[in-house]
Amino acid sequence: MGDFDFSIIAANWRFLAEGLRYTVQVTLTAMVGGILLGTLLALMRLASLWPLRWLAAAYINFFRSVPLVQVILAVYLILPLLLQFLTGRLIPIGADNSAYFTFTIFEAAYYAEIIRSGIQSIPRGQAAAGYALGFTYSQTMRLVVLPQAFRNMLPVLLTQTIVLFQDVSLVYAIGATDFFGAADKITQRDLRPVEMYTTVAVVYFVLCFALSRLVKYLQSRIAIIR
Amino acid sequence: MNYHWDWLFFFQEADDGLMYYQWVLSGLGWTVAVSLTSLAIALLLGSAFGVLRTTPNRWLIAIGDTYVDVFRNIPLIVQLFLWFFVLPELVPRDIGLWMKQDLPYFVTAVIGLGLFTGARIAEQVKAGINSLSRGQRFAGLALGFTEWQTYRYVRLPMAYRIVLPALTSEAMNVYKNSAVTYSVGILELYFQYKQIIEKTSQVLEITIVITLAYFVVAFATNRLFAWIEQRSRVPGMIAGGQGGK
Repeated sequence: MGDFDFSIIAANWRFLAEGLRYTVQVTLTAMVGGILLGTLLALMRLASLWPLRWLAAAYINFFRSVPLVQVILAVYLILPLLLQFLTGRLIPIGADNSAYFTFTIFEAAYYAEIIRSGIQSIPRGQAAAGYALGFTYSQTMRLVVLPQAFRNMLPVLLTQTIVLFQDVSLVYAIGATDFFGAADKITQRDLRPVEMYTTVAVVYFVLCFALSRLVKYLQSRIAIIR
Repeated sequence: MNYHWDWLFFFQEADDGLMYYQWVLSGLGWTVAVSLTSLAIALLLGSAFGVLRTTPNRWLIAIGDTYVDVFRNIPLIVQLFLWFFVLPELVPRDIGLWMKQDLPYFVTAVIGLGLFTGARIAEQVKAGINSLSRGQRFAGLALGFTEWQTYRYVRLPMAYRIVLPALTSEAMNVYKNSAVTYSVGILELYFQYKQIIEKTSQVLEITIVITLAYFVVAFATNRLFAWIEQRSRVPGMIAGGQGGK
């Protein structure tokens, strides 16, 4: 191999940046969607009705026991079948769009477990106090329990989001052009694996390392002194 | 839904004379081989670097911290591509050619997955050692043990018991992560899954079977670790628990 050729990166930076933008978009969508769905699942898992508990547990355990790459491919192939069954029409989704859906439903299972332990870390007396004040279930959760729980679990949720950000690279399996996919496509064309893959590794490292330091800082800042 | 269910396709012959269910079994074999070998490497590396991070020497701590930071902050698939496509270009020409032509994919893949998993295990081993009271080390030193002997005979035996539940979930994660090695040419379960879909289009049947296969290996690992946890617990200690749920 010759020397590290920076001009390859300079020539392709726009394509790489597009890929990175897609990676960030999927990450943010799956984070917001996953936390919303995850909260619902966590509440179901802690509900007093057993069918709700059972359903949520089944969902969470299922997604936590299958490899993400497999889910990415399976959803990409099965979702169109399902949509065709429901609407009767053939709707092409495309790899890029199916990833948004996959990551949201997949990450929800992981977020749900974090949120559940966050809720369980709140003393029972807090919920009891809410009911004693005449709050309904949803008011108690919304105004008393969840705000405290989210504060406690913020660092863990963010750490999971860093993992999610890295996992988006697995859309390679269906050929979507995320950050890594973009670098891979350039490599196929220009045959410069060293420059391309090293760039991806360095950028991922810098971003994730900085974010994980931020999480650590946050952890020391928001800890509630009891 | 006009999907054509056909469970019997597993017993049809594929191009290479084998039947599709044999593809699944061979994939399962590779998945288990890759996962267990990687796990063994990861336990060794994770223990070594985890111990380094608890020593009183700040250079050793820095080495351990760097290892963990580097391998936790780069996606697995990118790490594998670095080992397979970048490293051979950076080493001297002869070694690079040997890596590309003669070194089995399996070796590179398990080293890659092992290094990745090792960083996570190092984190847990460190946490386990740090959770012990300082007195344990002092008592060892007072008895005339060297620093290393306090690890070997006093601290590590306790630390491993404490982190066993965390190691269990890491061991279960290795199976899932091993699916990523398909991208560097390992013919494991996920690779066969992809290939069978391309050949037969029986997406639903094969998805169900492969999902079950992953579930079975992860569950078996869970039971194995629960058994170890039960056998290795120290009577009277909270650590080592009830042997998992």
